[in-house]
Order: sequence, then structure tokens, then C-alpha cells
Amino acid sequence: MTDDGYKAGSNLEKVLAAGKFAVTGECGPPKSADGSVIEKKAQMLKGYVDAVNITDNQTAVVRVSSMASGVQVQQNGVEAIMQMTCRDRNRLAMQADILGASVLGIKNVLCLTGDHMSFGNHPEAKGVHDLDAINLIKMYKDIRDEKKFQCGEEMSVAPALYIGCAENPFADPFEFRALRLQKKIAAGADFMQTQCIFNVPKFKEWMKEVRALGLHQEIKILAGITPLKGVGAAKYMKNFVPGIDVPQEIVDRMASVEKGPPAQAEGKKLAVEMIKELAEVEGVAGVHIMAVEWEEAVPEIVETAGLLPRPAVA
Amino acid sequence: MITAERKPFDEILELVDGHKKILVAGCDTCVAICLTGGEKEAEILASELRMKAQADGREVEVEHTAAIRQCEWEYLDMIAAKVDEADVVLSMACGIGIQSMAEKFAPKLVVPAVNTNMLGMPQEHAVWLERCGACGECVIGETAGICPVVRCSKSLMNGPCGGSHDGKCEVTTPEKEDIDCAWHLIWERLKAQGREELMHKIRPPKDWSKSSSGGPRKMVKEEAKPV
Amino acid sequence: MADDFEPEIIVFACHYCAYAAADLAGSMRLQYPSTIRMIKLPCTGKLEVIHLLRALEAGADGVYAAGCLEGECHYLKGNLWARKRVEHVKRLLPEVGLEPERVEMYNMSSAQGPEFARVATEFTERIKALGPNPLRRHGVSPHAAAREAARDVALPDEAPAGAAAPAPAAEAPAQAPTEKGPAA
Repeated sequence: MTDDGYKAGSNLEKVLAAGKFAVTGECGPPKSADGSVIEKKAQMLKGYVDAVNITDNQTAVVRVSSMASGVQVQQNGVEAIMQMTCRDRNRLAMQADILGASVLGIKNVLCLTGDHMSFGNHPEAKGVHDLDAINLIKMYKDIRDEKKFQCGEEMSVAPALYIGCAENPFADPFEFRALRLQKKIAAGADFMQTQCIFNVPKFKEWMKEVRALGLHQEIKILAGITPLKGVGAAKYMKNFVPGIDVPQEIVDRMASVEKGPPAQAEGKKLAVEMIKELAEVEGVAGVHIMAVEWEEAVPEIVETAGLLPRPAVA
Repeated sequence: MITAERKPFDEILELVDGHKKILVAGCDTCVAICLTGGEKEAEILASELRMKAQADGREVEVEHTAAIRQCEWEYLDMIAAKVDEADVVLSMACGIGIQSMAEKFAPKLVVPAVNTNMLGMPQEHAVWLERCGACGECVIGETAGICPVVRCSKSLMNGPCGGSHDGKCEVTTPEKEDIDCAWHLIWERLKAQGREELMHKIRPPKDWSKSSSGGPRKMVKEEAKPV
Repeated sequence: MADDFEPEIIVFACHYCAYAAADLAGSMRLQYPSTIRMIKLPCTGKLEVIHLLRALEAGADGVYAAGCLEGECHYLKGNLWARKRVEHVKRLLPEVGLEPERVEMYNMSSAQGPEFARVATEFTERIKALGPNPLRRHGVSPHAAAREAARDVALPDEAPAGAAAPAPAAEAPAQAPTEKGPAA
């Protein structure tokens, strides 16, 4: 707990605590030691998001680490949300890394299980999975609040952390989803980002049930959006990405527009419509825009959706 | 039981390359039951080795035999004479049996003809599925009799992860068959047992020091040691 | 390969169908290659992978199993098991440098004398095109080896009526190969 009553006092936390509709973005680090890539992405997003996720070897493909890119992003004036996956590190490394991240100024961390190695470019690697995401959330919560390592030893200075998790409203039977969210809240998660939503009605159904359990008051929920560049992207997400529900109307809508700039414009338009609709759903505290390799679309989307200026909270 | 699969033939040839007298040693327990390395399979491999040698113009003598269980030295006494005559023993037993032979008959060269792969259950005839992770601290009393260490691709103690959909795991096997999501199965069975509350329990991190991660393990039964 | 290549082919035939079909082919005076050597089994379900391998190891140019029509096996599924084992041997043969076409599974009913003859002819032609088994050795009898391997399950020979009988005299000096492998 920071002096002014926040858990970490990060910009994201403050925006959400003030009841403002939060906007987070996402950045994928490069597959090389090229430091300029993240700098450019940060510059693009500056002023348009409250914080930005830095993915961590996403889909088990090796990239610059989330912590390193997160530090870079913060050096460029944008707050980072570091991601930590259970696939790549054991409890020693995960604790060491969070202490290191905190020392370097990072305050937000998203705790994830991690996509299986078989999806990525090093399928022969040994998956660590010393802990699972729920163990990880609890471990970080205890480090922050109890000032204790996972083994029980005390530490003198604990990191200030705002702890996040991910959830997919569409992947499982509902009884699972509510249960998992409850467990993550019980473990100590402060905020949650959903997998990208295309089926808004279905998402609204899920939110109804989340609200019935009062979960929206226990955790800050950010609805995930991915702007579509064209019908190809829509079809790909529909057919090849597990757990993503893309209604046929959306595919048809993207198909009805000419490829290239017209399709991109339509994709952005659709994203704005969805953001506006999601902002009206009770319990949705913000939006998480995952413009994968299309970060340049974010400023326009945020502006057109009427989300500027981003709040400056004390 | 312990299951194993015969190594690719080329790899076996490399392992026995240059040796004139080969003994193919089967084991009539686990590997026989999973149809990989019993006496029957040893005879087949021996025949193949002779055929290949003849085709290549190499002179080899290949015999086959089988021990009732290669991991128990008393049974190995029964095949000791044959082992003695061989330049190399090509063992079709699981890794335990192969190492047991290598140790008992050291420094005789004993090489593996199989890849030991899992502690598996025959789901139906000729199909084996991995079931146990030999983790040293069994939790299946709380997970409805389903092992989360080895039936969950990520060994989650609090599953499922976001990759679970339609009851299937996000990982597919090389055979392109879907893997059941273990945590989905656990949930369904806990419901059937009226023990849903166990799904709400936050299971703590596993103590991996009890598994092979903590170093090779040893078990001793003092009460049974010979006097 | 030489035009005078006479393949030595071993046939594992089931008592109820294929062997009876062979008998019938003989009675009908149908022509089929005389170089096929029959081994009678109560059912092709008794055929084991090692029987096929031993025959080829001893130099048989081709081996096939002949059983009842699928769905009509006297022992219900024996012929289905035989087919699986033949398929398995087909997968093993390339490992040792032999063509998978040297083994086969055929199905016929006891009334199908002509089919028996057709199959025997077709398979022999296939083997002639493939050429002799490189593992053939002087003094080693594939038929004796196959018989030895299948000794626990093979039924006694009886010459099918009308067909050329195997020449037992020519067999006598040859021996089944031992496990020691090829002689120098």
C-alpha cells in the first residue's frame, strides 16, 4: 500500500480508482536486439493510453523480454504493464524479476499461464510451470501486502504492484469462467483484461452473470478489442485462434469492403463502435486495445471513440 | 504400466554398429504388455537385424532372449550365459530394465532398443494414455482421481487455463488428436461427486522437490531389509 | 533380372476358405504357378509377424496370406487380424531394405477356385517384376523356414487335389536357417 492509499499508485490504478474509463494498449517487443522498435511504438501510443501491455514471449515465440521493453516504454513516457508467464520462469525467477522490475520503476504486472511451447518457435523447450497463474497472483499479492517471499521469509522493502490477470469470456462453459474469475480475485488480482471481443451480445451475457456475483465490484474489468485490418484478419481469428468468437456478421461486414485502406477504415470504425457499446455496459471499467502489429491505428480509434484526452490523475 | 516404443531402426543399427554378436533382450513385463519389447518383439527385431546385415553383406550373429523382468537381478541370472556370449546387448526393456542390465553385467555394453515414454494406462487395446507423473506427492484425491501434473499440459494446480475450450486442451499431439482438458474433466467429475467446492480451493504451489526435480529418488523399506 | 527367375513364394492359407479354394482350383485344372508353396493354418488369424519375417529372412521372394472373405471368417475376425499383421510387416520391410510389395493379404471364399488361381498368378507376376529376394541363399529353404517358424500353428501338408505336389525330395538337404545368421 502506498502512502496515499493505493496498492501501487500506478497511473492505471489511479485512473480506474477515480472511476474514469481506462484505456490500455498492447505492444509486442521485436524478435531482435533492435531497441528502436519499442521506442517508436511507445511514441505512437503516448497520450492515447493510460498504460500499455508488453507481451512476454507471446505464443511462445522468443522476443525481447517484457521487463526490458517495459522499462524502455516507461523511459519514453508511457506506463508499462509487464507480463509474466508461468511457462518460462520458476518461482525464484518470477520473484527476482518482480523485484527487479519494481526497482526499475514498473508497477503493473499481468500474471499469465502462458501459451504452450508447442505453439511457438522453440517447441522442444522444457516448459517450466513451477507455478500456475493463480499461484503467481497470490505470490505477488503476498510479496506486496505481507512483504514476504513465497517461502515465507520477510523482505524489508516490498514492491508496489498493481496485479492483473486475463480472462476469456468465450472459452468455457460459464460455470467455469465465473469460478476462475472468482479464484483470481480471491488470489489477489486487482484488474482483469479480457480476450478480444467480437461477439458483444455474448459478452454482455457474461457481464450479466459476473455482475450477479458482484465480481465487477471486486476487480476492475477491461474489455479487450482487436481492430481488424481486413476480412483476412477476421477469418483468421474466427478459424485459427482458439477461444475467439467472431460472429459471421462481422466477417461479412469486413468482406463487403474493398481491401486495403477502405477495409482498414472499416476495421477502425467497427472498433470504435464496439468500444462505445462496451463503455455502456455496467461493470466494464475500461477497454484494452490489442492492435497487434497495427499500433498506429490506436490513436485514431481512441480519438474517434471520444476517449481523449486521457485523464491526468494526481 | 511403463510404456515404451521401439526406436527407429536406423538408430538401433547405429547403436549396434560394428558388433558381431548381438543379443536382443526382451522383457516380459511392462514392455511385453504394451507390445513393444517382449520375447515376441525381440524375436522380430532379431530377424530384422539379421536381414539387414545380410542385405548389407555384414556378418553378424543375432540371438534373442527375454527376461521375465529385466529390472530384477534374480531374473537376469537366468539369461546371464547368453549375455556373456554377446558383444552387445540390445535391450528392449524400459529404461529401468536397460540400466539394471547395464549395471549387473557391467562393463558389458548394453544399449536401448526402445524409448521409454510414459506411465501409461491402456485405454483400450493397443492405445495407451499417459496417466501418472510420478511426482512424489499425489493430489488426485482432491482432483477427482485425475492427475493435474501430467494430464494437464501445463501441470496446473488451479486449472483450467484460457486455452481450454470445448473440453479440449490447446495443445494437440503429433497425431493431431485432441487432448482432453484435464481440468475440465476434473470439474465434471467433481460435480458428479457433489464436491464442487474443491474447484474453489486455491491449491498452493506444488512441492517439486519431491519429484525428480529434487534429484534422483530412493525408497527404502527398513522392515523388509534382509536380516 | 533373368527371365528364368522362378520366384519361391510361400502362401499361408486358411483351412476353411483359401486352402479349399486351392483344392477347387486344382480340381478345375486351373493353371497357376507351381512355385507357390502352401502352408495350411486353421485360420489366418494364427499368422504371426515373425512367420512372415522368417520366410523372407530365409529367402522367400514373396509371401502372402490367403484367408476368408472379410465378414465371413470362420473364426469371425481372424482374417482381419491377419491383414493388420501383413500391413505391419509392410511397414517393417523397408527398414531392412525389402519392398513392402513382397508381402500381401488376399481374401477369397472356398468356392473361388478361379480367384485362388488368379491371385497366385498375379502375385507371382508382381514378384517376378521385383526380382529375387537379395537374401536368398543356396542351401536354405524358405518353405522349411516358414514351416519351422509356424510349427505351433501350421496344419499338416496335404497336396490340393490336382495341383502339382511339392517335391519333398528336393527339400530334404536344405535346412531352416539358425539364429546365427548367414553362414560365411
